[in-house]
Amino acid sequence: MTVAPEKSDVDVPEGYVKLTIDGEEIVAPKGELLIRTAERLGTVIPRFCDHPLLDPAGACRQCLVEVEMNGRPMPKPQASCTLTVADGMVVKTQVTSEVADKAQQGVMELLLINHPLDCPICDKGGECPLQNQAMAHGRTDSRFVDKKRTFPKPLPISSQVLLDRERCVLCQRCTRFSDQIAGDPFIDLLERGAHQQIGTAETADVLDAASHTSEPDSASAGKSASAGLDSASAGKSASAGGQPFQSYFSGNTIQICPVGALTSAQYRFRSRPFDLVSTPSVCEHCSSGCAERTDFRRGKVMRKLAGDDPEVNEEWICDKGRFAFRYAAAEQRIRRPLVRNVETGELEETSWTEALRAAADGLAKARDGKGVGVLPGGRVTLEDAYAYSKFARVALRTHDVDHRARAHSAEELDFLASRVVSDGGPAGGGVTFSDLEKAPIALCVAFEPEEEAPAVFLRLRKGARANDVKVVHIGQWASPAVEKTFGELLACAPGGEAGAVDGIAQHAPDVDEALRSEGAVVLVGERAAEVPGLPTALHRLVERTGARLAWIPRRAGERGAVEAGTLPTLLPGGRPVTDADARAEVERHWGLDPGTLPADPGRDMTGMLNAIVTRDLDGLLVGGVDLDDLPDPALARKAFDAAEFVVSLELLPSTVTPYADVVLPIAPVDEKSGTFVNWEGRRRPFAVTLDGTGALADCRVLDTLGVEMDTDLFTQTSDAALGDLDRLAAATARAAAPDHPSAEPPAPGDGQALLATWRQLIDDGSLQIDEPALAGTARRVVARMSRATADGLGDHVTVSTDRGSVTLPVEVTDLPDGVVWLPGNSPGSKLRATLGAGHGAVVDIAGGDR
Amino acid sequence: MGIFDPVKGFGVTFGMMFKKVATEEYPEIGAPAAPRYHGRHQLNRHPDGLEKCVGCELCAWACPADAIFVEGGDNTEEARYSPGERYGADYQINYLRCIGCGLCVEACPTRSLTMINFYELADDNRQDLIWTKEDLLAPLLPGMEQPPHPMRLGENEQDYYVNGPELARDRGVPEHETVETDTEEAVR
Repeated sequence: MTVAPEKSDVDVPEGYVKLTIDGEEIVAPKGELLIRTAERLGTVIPRFCDHPLLDPAGACRQCLVEVEMNGRPMPKPQASCTLTVADGMVVKTQVTSEVADKAQQGVMELLLINHPLDCPICDKGGECPLQNQAMAHGRTDSRFVDKKRTFPKPLPISSQVLLDRERCVLCQRCTRFSDQIAGDPFIDLLERGAHQQIGTAETADVLDAASHTSEPDSASAGKSASAGLDSASAGKSASAGGQPFQSYFSGNTIQICPVGALTSAQYRFRSRPFDLVSTPSVCEHCSSGCAERTDFRRGKVMRKLAGDDPEVNEEWICDKGRFAFRYAAAEQRIRRPLVRNVETGELEETSWTEALRAAADGLAKARDGKGVGVLPGGRVTLEDAYAYSKFARVALRTHDVDHRARAHSAEELDFLASRVVSDGGPAGGGVTFSDLEKAPIALCVAFEPEEEAPAVFLRLRKGARANDVKVVHIGQWASPAVEKTFGELLACAPGGEAGAVDGIAQHAPDVDEALRSEGAVVLVGERAAEVPGLPTALHRLVERTGARLAWIPRRAGERGAVEAGTLPTLLPGGRPVTDADARAEVERHWGLDPGTLPADPGRDMTGMLNAIVTRDLDGLLVGGVDLDDLPDPALARKAFDAAEFVVSLELLPSTVTPYADVVLPIAPVDEKSGTFVNWEGRRRPFAVTLDGTGALADCRVLDTLGVEMDTDLFTQTSDAALGDLDRLAAATARAAAPDHPSAEPPAPGDGQALLATWRQLIDDGSLQIDEPALAGTARRVVARMSRATADGLGDHVTVSTDRGSVTLPVEVTDLPDGVVWLPGNSPGSKLRATLGAGHGAVVDIAGGDR
Repeated sequence: MGIFDPVKGFGVTFGMMFKKVATEEYPEIGAPAAPRYHGRHQLNRHPDGLEKCVGCELCAWACPADAIFVEGGDNTEEARYSPGERYGADYQINYLRCIGCGLCVEACPTRSLTMINFYELADDNRQDLIWTKEDLLAPLLPGMEQPPHPMRLGENEQDYYVNGPELARDRGVPEHETVETDTEEAVR
């Protein structure tokens, strides 16, 4: 038997305090919450409202403990989730104190008074903290004999979040999350006393009819609830009035709700926790590489939840990462290889052996003719990218490989080769998520954090809230992300970003000063490739100020693809193609004869497409590429039409499929293992979630295709591919810094404007098909322009080029005059496809009628 | 050993011919189980024909043999299968696995799942021994209507749960029948 020492001689370091919990002495850092100190001691105090990443609220009162200070007991039990530790505090939890235990049981009983007994139909049942704690500590029978308070249910507060107010225990986790973490405080506490409830501006309208404690007003209640449900399933927002709960992060409120008050429309009644097999996974959508948990049942993914990775996404993910996964189970998914019948011209299902032979024969013929170009697309894993890179060099003997299925430039190539590739990642001193939190300044250039990398946005906001990180955006308008990061906007015309960066010392000397301080960070998005001179200007800026630079692309695979060398100027590991030593090293590693690798860089994406049109290239090997993402979709279609032989490795029928001679099906991320490299350069490995589906990863397909062409890639599995890549140590030599002239943005004439554009997070992206609930929370598709520019146009504006036009409602925004902003790929606003124009182009604007 | 002993034995046989036989003529005539025998499962209905199953999966959770598969579904105004928000969209019991313990019946919160005394569950292939919702649902009694249809007996599920027995009386369900049919006749 151990006896707690009467007097301890525990040393208390500076900044720490000593207290007693249940008779045990413990040293805790000053400012730590009592509930966490107790947790470290192994005593779990029950709680609902407490969340380590949210500010303390003390809302649910479940964590009451008895506290004594300086020998004087506090008159009433105290909430341990709001009380910070103090020296000499004596705490008794429910383990040793009857008072605390009774208080906790009383609170549990009160919380359950109005909680309905509908656990059997509640989605949270089986993983519900309230259920668990009621089973563990609650009474076995209820003493409450009166009618419970009822509300119509469920109430859709957005197309993907359903609110059931009866079940709510008013812990305010959702409202605190929305207010503090996401910065979208559309959801809040309404009413007072027994009528207090969670709601949005919209639910407030129906409040009088809805809140009643007696008989449910069944007729109207039933109707309004089901009417709401219908609109939810139809994927529209709830009603017209007020501001809907449209947050890119609303799914997190479902996950942190300690009861079943907030449930997901997509997961509604789909399964129970005990049905699900959970596997850790990594998000495939943006370049943040958020940790996720994928839950599947009988070979079908049921839901995705945020994983806990304090270094990357903490415990949050965006709604796209959470809800957009059904593309992999889409009906139209390609599951068997397709080969085009020479006679009928139709794609026909065939066996793998036949399809691989057809692909290998066609590629070999094209290679021996004018050559084959490789377009892997930006959504590949590191291993798949490496396989593409090696396949291009070894099997196709070319450097014509470019994964950038978006606007790109030669300047960007230089920038990636000199500043991004092989910077060592977090271990090598690269910018990390944690650095964003502590930086004195974060300058976002041509980068829209909330739309392009939501986890980065959350970190910037957290830093701005907690550590006064100054967030400065060089963009066109004060987007929601600017406001929610408490940011400063340095507005410039689209295409004028390079000038703005160069002139930062003149027009914003305070920003320039801050950039010189320790830890300053510059974040640049993929849009930089569309602004001539911007990468060069950024290079000059960071050389001058000493700030650190991070490139944050939009797609998950881009950074890994750069490392794997799917670029015309780079070999794996960041080795420049033009460097003879680097080539020799790679040739040795791959077992090639010296001098096999061409000494000249290959063609970039646009170069390849032009070469096909001019008959300087015969074939194409294409991965996940949508022609409408390319800078010139018309040129791309012309080129694909003209190509002698096209092999497409695809998951779903795409814009490439009509031109493909052979289509080889590949595995979605759930069905393969691999590694994404996130924008930090951090490797995010993931294991296979759905095993045994028979779907093959790109690296496996390319390996087998390579064997058919008498070469061995050694990328049979992703482990083998990664091993092969890792045996090639990172290059030591770096490419020269980019040095390209910047251009003044063109001056728009009369009836013209400069086009500013970026993609919204929730739009018509190809990985967002079959998700009506998610699509319902997309931001409104509008054309934004200044009041002066919008003058005389009316409600709608038609933006046109010689290719086509887009008509959208006008929203007056703080843009510079003569600039119009449109979302890049949203319903009704697919700019590349219809206008063939991108950021910085000159477009015609006219009043449009709708 | 007496002189008649060899025929005595025939006497026993002959005598038995006039006694009542204990043999059950199965399967020609059939052998009804005791009224409360736990045979196969049945998914019961409310008096208007709506299903009692809410797809909560508690039966599947309770099942020690993992014989039950359930998937819930969302009732809409257009297609309503049960009172309330949720119904059992897919319901399967694998009688190759079921051990007839009845824990599922105890777990059922709506008394949707009960067991009737039908016990002829043998078959010559595995596929047919996975009984689906169509096989398990109780037959439509007089006054019942094949779902989907709107709630006929009340405004919400509370009315169904609280006033179930009274509602059954007013629907023309025969006097001696309960809605939870558990006799073999009901099956036929």
